[in-house]
This record gives sequence, C-alpha cells and structure tokens, in this order.
Amino acid sequence: MAKRYLLGNEAIAHAAVEASADFVSGYPGTPSSEVIDILRVQEERPLYVEWSVNEKVAFENALAAAWCGLRSLVTMKHVGLNVAADPLMTSGYTGVTGGFVIMCADDPFAHSSQNEQDTRFYARFAHLPCLDPATVQEAHDMVIDAFALSEELGLPVIFRPTTRVCHSKSDVVIGEAGKDSRKGNFPRDPKRFVLIPANARPLHKALDEKLPKVTKTLAGRGYNRFERKGKTAIIAGGIGATYVQEILPDGISFGKIGAYPVDWGALGDFVKGHRKILVIEEGEPIIEELVRQVAGGIPVSGKLDGVVPAEGELSISAVSAILEGQGIIPKGAGTPGPVPNVPMRPPIMCAGCMHRPTFFAIKKVWRDAVYPSDIGCYTLGLQLGVVDTTICMGSAPSLASGINHSGDPREVVATIGDSTFLHSGIPGLLNAVYNGADMTLIILDNRTTAMTGHQPNPVSGTTAGGEVKAPVSLEAICRACGVSFVETVSPYDLPSMIEVMKAAKAQKGVRVLIAKQPCVITARRAGVKRVSYSVDRDACTVCGTCIRFGCPAIEMIDDRAAINELCSGCGVCAQICPSGAIGPKEKEAKEAKP
Amino acid sequence: MTGSFDLLIVGTGGQGVILASNVIGEACIIEGREVKAAETHGMAQRGGSVECHVRIDGRFGPLIPPGNADLLMAFELIEALRYRHYLKPGGRLVANRLVQVPTSVYMQKLEAPTEAKIVGQLADLAPCVLDADTKATEAGSPLTQNMVMVGAGSLAIPLERQSLEEAIRRSVPKKTIEMNLRAFQLGREAAGECR
Repeated sequence: MAKRYLLGNEAIAHAAVEASADFVSGYPGTPSSEVIDILRVQEERPLYVEWSVNEKVAFENALAAAWCGLRSLVTMKHVGLNVAADPLMTSGYTGVTGGFVIMCADDPFAHSSQNEQDTRFYARFAHLPCLDPATVQEAHDMVIDAFALSEELGLPVIFRPTTRVCHSKSDVVIGEAGKDSRKGNFPRDPKRFVLIPANARPLHKALDEKLPKVTKTLAGRGYNRFERKGKTAIIAGGIGATYVQEILPDGISFGKIGAYPVDWGALGDFVKGHRKILVIEEGEPIIEELVRQVAGGIPVSGKLDGVVPAEGELSISAVSAILEGQGIIPKGAGTPGPVPNVPMRPPIMCAGCMHRPTFFAIKKVWRDAVYPSDIGCYTLGLQLGVVDTTICMGSAPSLASGINHSGDPREVVATIGDSTFLHSGIPGLLNAVYNGADMTLIILDNRTTAMTGHQPNPVSGTTAGGEVKAPVSLEAICRACGVSFVETVSPYDLPSMIEVMKAAKAQKGVRVLIAKQPCVITARRAGVKRVSYSVDRDACTVCGTCIRFGCPAIEMIDDRAAINELCSGCGVCAQICPSGAIGPKEKEAKEAKP
Repeated sequence: MTGSFDLLIVGTGGQGVILASNVIGEACIIEGREVKAAETHGMAQRGGSVECHVRIDGRFGPLIPPGNADLLMAFELIEALRYRHYLKPGGRLVANRLVQVPTSVYMQKLEAPTEAKIVGQLADLAPCVLDADTKATEAGSPLTQNMVMVGAGSLAIPLERQSLEEAIRRSVPKKTIEMNLRAFQLGREAAGECR
C-alpha cells in the first residue's frame, strides 16, 4: 500500500495492474486515452497491450481474450461504445470466463466530444452491470472489484468514469502489482459462442435470469449507500454525489448510487418516510426515473421537472444553486461572473501544422465547394472555413458521397485524418467508389493519432508496445477500394500541392489526395530542426495574407507582421507572402549550412 | 466551507501549467495531506487557455467554485483577467507579466490588449506581477518559468518550502533538478519583493 498523487486515469491503469489484468485493448478518445498510454509503458507487470484500429475491433479482441480465460480490459470514450455496440449487445449472452471490464469514459459538457450520451443507458440496454465512480479513489477501487465481479457473475462489467474523474488528480491509496497470470484456452462451446437463433433465444433467457443475482451481488458491494437523517433526501450518482457531499447540511438524508442495476427494494425502503426527494446526477435522469418508480406519492425533483439542468456537467456552484433553490441550504452571495470582453483563446492548430497549408490550398483550388470533415486536430479547420460537417468518426467519405448523390451541384471535397480513415473511413470510401460518387477525399496523413496524445496507428510504424512495424500504405488501401486517382504530396510544398489539387479537380469520380507530413509535435520530439523564418519589415506591405493564414507564430508588432519563437520552419508563410517579405533567418541558415 | 486551500493555476497550452500543479500535489503527498485537482486535457492544450484547479486539504470535488480561490497563479496576463473572478475577496493574485495575444485577435483585427491595460484591470487585486521569463532564463532555461511561478506562489501556499523543493526533485527530469530549484528560489525572491 502506498499513497500517491495520481491522475484518475493513472489510478485506473494502476488498478488494472493490481488486478492482474492480462490483456488490454482500446482506441484513443478523450477522456479515456491515458489508461492505455500508461499501461503500455509501465514495467510493474507484463501484459498484452494494443491500440486497436477502432473500438469495435478493440472490444472483440478483449472479449475473445476474456472468453479464453484472461482478465481483459477494453478502453474507449462514450461515443466509441456506439462503434462497439454490436458486440456489446450480445456479449452478455455469451458471458465471459476471465474478468472483462469495459471502461467507457463519459464526457458531460462535451469538453472534447460531439455529444453528451450516457453510458449507463448502454448498461441497461445490454443487461450488464455498470459501476459509476464518484472520486478517483473509488475509480481505482472499483476497477479492481470490477474484474472480480465479472468473474463472479460471468458477465462483462461496464465501468463508466466521467471527465472529472478521469482528468482529476487526487491522493490515492494504491496496492502492489498483481502476480497472477493466465494463458488463454478457448473453451469450444457452439451453444454459447455461435449465436444462431436457436442458441440466441435460450441465452437471452439465461441472461435475464441472472439479473436478480447481479442486483443482489451489487447490493452487497456497498456502492449504493443510504443514510437517513431527516425528512428531505438527496440521492446522487457519480461525481454529482461528491459535489453534494461537500455542501450537504446536517439533517438531510443522503443516498449515493455507484452501481447499476439498483436494488429497487433498498431504494424503496430508503425513500419511504421522506417528504421530499431531490435527485442529482449528470447525464440522463436514470436514477431519477428509478426513484420516481418507487416513490409513490412522495414528491421527487430532478431533471424531469427542471430543477436540475438536463444538459451539461455539474459543479459545486451548480449543485449549490440547486440546493439553494430547493431551500435545502441558505441563499449564498451568488457566484461572481467573469470580466466581460476578455479575448477568447480557443485551441488552434500548431505553428507548422500540416493541416493549415492543406486547408489553405483547398480554399484556393475549390472556392465554393462543400467540405465534409471528420474528427481530429483538423476539425480546427472550422476556423478557416473549410470544415462543414463533423458528426462521428469516419463519416467524412460517406457524408461526401451522400451530399454528392443528393443533387447539390457544388463539388464535394472531404477531409479525414489517417487514424480516422483507418478507424472507419475505409468503408465509406469503398462505398463511394462502388456507387459512383463524384468527389474528392483528402487524407490528412500526419502519421499519428495526434489529437488524443500521439498514439501510434497502423501508418505510424510502431505498435502500442513499441514494436517496429512496416507502416501500411494508404495509397494501396485507396487503390484497393477502386480509386484510380491517388496522389501523395507534402503540404509544406504549397505550389506542388495546389497543382495536384487542380489535377484532381479536373477529373471525375472519386479522387484521393494524401497530404502527408509528420505531425509537427512528433517531428520536434524526434529531433527534426528547421531554420526558422522572419519578416523583412521594409518589404512587408501589411497586406494581411500571412495574418489571415492564422499561424500562431505570426503576429502584428508595431503595425507590421512579425514571426515569433513558435516558428517551426515549415516555410509555408514564405510561399504565400505576395511581396516576398518572409524568408529563412539568415543567421540560422548560415549556421545550418556546412 | 470544507477548509481546503484553493489554488487556481492558469496559462496557455505549452507553458507547463500541469507540471506546476503536479509539484503542488506531490508536496501535499509528502506532507501527508489530502489534495484534489482538476486539469484541462486533450485538444484544449493546442495553444488554448489552460486551467488547473488544486485544492490543498481537499476532501471532495476537484473543481474550485468561482469566488472561492485563495490564490490565483497566472502564467499569462490575459488568462489572469479571464479567471480573476475565481478569487475570493482578499484572495491573492501572482501573475507573470507576459501577454500572449491570441492569434484570432490578429485574424479578426481586434484591438490587442497591452500589459499596461491588463495590469490596470487587475490593480484592485494588488497583484504580484513578475517577469517569469527573465527569472527562468537567469535560472538556466526559459522552460523553467513554471517553477519560477511555483516559487512566487509558494509564499502564499500553506506548504513547507522543503516539501515543495522535494516535490520538484521528484517531478522534473533528473538533469534539470538544479535548474528548476534555482528557478523556484528566484521566483520566491521575486514575490518576496512584492510584499
């Protein structure tokens, strides 16, 4: 036992090590990514780790390992479970032998997501148990228990932390690395693993018959606790429970829900005798609906009557306001608001990012096209007016063909990153070719999964474990999908890229252009050094071209453009400056030459 | 209400805000105290505004409510302005005098805020404004400006100096320990002159 200061995801990763996990797979997604990033470099325990190509693939890999008796963990963000929903929905039918924990991190307030969906619904949908931690310590302890629970019940267990648990830090008591290890042995059993209708029907019944045992087992774990103190009760779940505990006054009963399904009997006994119940939870009103079902005539407040905000995330301020509104705590002085008109500082593509010149060139060549895009750093192309859609991973090629087939007369130019293309963009491209779409797809190939923290993918040349692999060829994949126009070009060579785009524009059918340049962050880490650039103040005509380019290395100083120390030396600004006022710094250039 | 010392550290992506908060958290572990913290991760780090909440002796949630922070450590002045409402009445502001104008200000041809103007907007807080970049360069590298800021904040943080120094040793790369400790010392001295 030791006390450490850990990020929620570090504590979760360490818990997997303590629980003797043998097999870990996942696809990166904020706020879940650090778990595998830590497990792939930890040295306390040997285990199999992979970054899979997408969440469905990750899920199936880990499920198979759990069938074979291994303790398995799969990690993803909430929307990743949509991709993995197909195997998820039947995984309860087959059950597991080794402990199987599905870590699916929810993101209330959509800090880095396209929606705010609630994974507790999936648990109910798939008839699986779900653990919902309120603190970093509880997250750690729940993961260890989740493996045991999974083996005890013979079912996958969903573990659902939220952003404020994954990306919080806390003092955490951790234990030693687990010493057990297992070797896989697939227990051939067609009645269990071959889900033809004749097998699916009895397996569905068997799963339903397990549910009372699941509920009873969870009730014995103490994750759902009830303390009776007065006539008003607050029932809360997840991190909402932590916020409530911080400001809970004496004389108010408190129920904390951390495990699903909830035992109706225990909940009903607690609710009885109260005059008023308030339910506080992030996400959907899942606890609230249960409480309403057992409350009889006792008034219940929560999201459904508008007392608790239906969307977004909670905070101590938000919970204070709710409790004040309900007369549970006295009215405070109110929360001070921010100073108005402070300039926004949104995230921005890095100086030297390959996406910026690519978007610049797209705008030059296709002035009035429709620009479907996808999920990655390049979604920031929104700021440059070259991102018209972002809905889910891998959607750009299929949205492009759909828009084209809709009869919209404009050209369609879609963008997608390397990792996103491999994740689920390939079927959309194949489909577009097969069904005769007329469109251009630009693959923004920076050789890594950049936005989530530079996880390797099949084009990166290494695996999660650091093993060197021949990168897959995006060109070969596109050709195999039936695309005849496939060209690769460096975004740092703007004139060539524009020429290739013009050539693509002149063609019909599906055209693919691969804009290829390593991510500027990974390049810097790998020791790539380029001569930085500067502006000749006398030659600058203040035309604004480089400023509109939007590079954070370019600023205005004393009414002239200037280049700051963020410059990575990509040289693209020198290629766009109409008066030739930008060039490599002479001093550095001289030193760089032999 | 819960007796925690609430510290908000703000800056921009790449300034080492998270490492600074790690040092504070580690120092709490060294002193056997509870601590809760929350960080900005993911895409927001791409040059965006970064905030780290640290609650020393915190037992519950990691987020500091606005109007509750005992200390605001701002690595950049626009960020100091953005988050000043988190300070409680009488709370202390320690700020780096740097102004990083967001690229969007230039792109949209907005008026770029100046150091003098922002310091004026913060004057009622009687802030301690120091030049972390110069101090960090003096310590050995501009990259140690985060430890200059920890040093500057340390006078107001209820943690022992020795614990913070040990936390720095544990948190930074081995080769840079001496440099970072120097930066911490220089920041501490600079803030001492503020009083």
